[in-house]
Amino acid sequence: MAKVVVITSGKGGVGKTTTAAAFAAGLALRGHKTVVIDFDVGLRNLDLIMGCERRVVFDFINVINGDANLNQALIKDKRNDNLYIFPTSQTRDKDALKREGVERVLDELKQQFDYIICDSPAGIEHGAITALYFADAAIIVTNPEVSSVRDSDRIIGILASRSRRAERSEPPVELNLLLTRYDPGRVSRGEMLTVEDVKEILSIPLLGVIPESESVLRASNTGTPVSFDAESPAGRAYLDAVARFLGEQREMRFVKPERRNFLRVLFGRA
Amino acid sequence: MAAGNLVQGALFTVMVVRAGMLRDAAFAHDLATQVERSPRFFLNAPVVLDLTGAADFTSPAEFAEARELLSERTLALVGVQNAQPAQLTAAAATGLASFAPTATQPSRRAARPAAGAAAVMAPPATAAAAAPAARASARLVAIPVRSGTQIYASGTDLIVTASVSPGAELIADGSIHVYGTLRGRAMAGAGGDTSARIFCSRLEAELVSIAGRYLVSEELPPEQRGSPVQIALVDDRLTITRN
Repeated sequence: MAKVVVITSGKGGVGKTTTAAAFAAGLALRGHKTVVIDFDVGLRNLDLIMGCERRVVFDFINVINGDANLNQALIKDKRNDNLYIFPTSQTRDKDALKREGVERVLDELKQQFDYIICDSPAGIEHGAITALYFADAAIIVTNPEVSSVRDSDRIIGILASRSRRAERSEPPVELNLLLTRYDPGRVSRGEMLTVEDVKEILSIPLLGVIPESESVLRASNTGTPVSFDAESPAGRAYLDAVARFLGEQREMRFVKPERRNFLRVLFGRA
Repeated sequence: MAAGNLVQGALFTVMVVRAGMLRDAAFAHDLATQVERSPRFFLNAPVVLDLTGAADFTSPAEFAEARELLSERTLALVGVQNAQPAQLTAAAATGLASFAPTATQPSRRAARPAAGAAAVMAPPATAAAAAPAARASARLVAIPVRSGTQIYASGTDLIVTASVSPGAELIADGSIHVYGTLRGRAMAGAGGDTSARIFCSRLEAELVSIAGRYLVSEELPPEQRGSPVQIALVDDRLTITRN
């Protein structure tokens, strides 16, 4: 049974698209037929990160509107046969995401794929809500800083109350925390929240910790999902996270367990 | 502060009986049946007499009679509605309050079979004479309260058995209990109940308030922060004590 996974965060710039690309590539590397959809209508980026921007003819909105069929719009990755990219429109806006149309497209994708990764736009408006509405599982991308944690908390609340599973009183959306841009050095100097601080506030299972790494920017600029770079710390951390998502036990790497109670200081002034 | 307390508003559910019906024998019978069926619901329940189309109700004696008739059925007549000026004087002489006209809604609950008796929300302030509404059982929340969520326990206590995130808001007319870390806002005694309290396993709140008196995060004593505490109003000041 195909699984719809939303990559979301509330806050912008935390690494949703990087994560969507890396996660989809990681699942494909594990042999699962995977498609990654860009829900960020009007701010199309996923195709750049995936390195297929020159191959986009039809997009998600064309398919929703019935102007193109699915197979015309899906772009097959050149590096992995299991991986497909479903780009979005750069010329439209989020209002083009009609819920019924999205549902129809997702149902069609479910016939072909094992995993459908939805790359959500930032915010809590229509685009983000539509991206998470049909989710079976969610990966909450969070940076170790207070504003990101607060926005993640908000989006978790929305997943629990406004997703289709919530509206139908079905089993809740499976929640996973992915901590990105984690810098153990800055954490130990008290400049960033620790893994434990974030886990304590959000109280959802930790899927992985992605270290701040130059390889992420390099991967973005070259249009390669960072998990294709198994040499880089970030690439390895994403592959670990994918393995945990698939139910394997992996030790957390790139984390220094230095516990500092400076949450108190931060929230004390809020 | 006493004057401040006097003008605090409150909403009550009050049954409305149309004056004309009191003279209908069938009504008396229907009412008796209904009261028998749910005696606890009707015990000392406040009733407002609606004088629409009952211009003949003019003397204090008639109001007293109406009160007598209702009290036989355990109901307490507390006021009148839609009264003419002369009727108001007579009603006041009988000790009945004047309620502002309200749109009478069909009741979803037991009042409907009582031949037209319907529940309405009485206006605040003038409702001082009405009996206080009975408290419902506490509202229980067993999942983390996330940022952006607002939970209101109307007319009762609120119990949260998980943590409350920054940016979340708890409001209760009664007390608030948090068996977890309170990082958001908590407003107890929202209806003006100064005896309401706030309890939490760990205080990290953005704001705490009881009956309108509040403290923001930076006013919380640092030595209490991170501790299990209870917060009460003592001499009109929020007092935090470690549990």
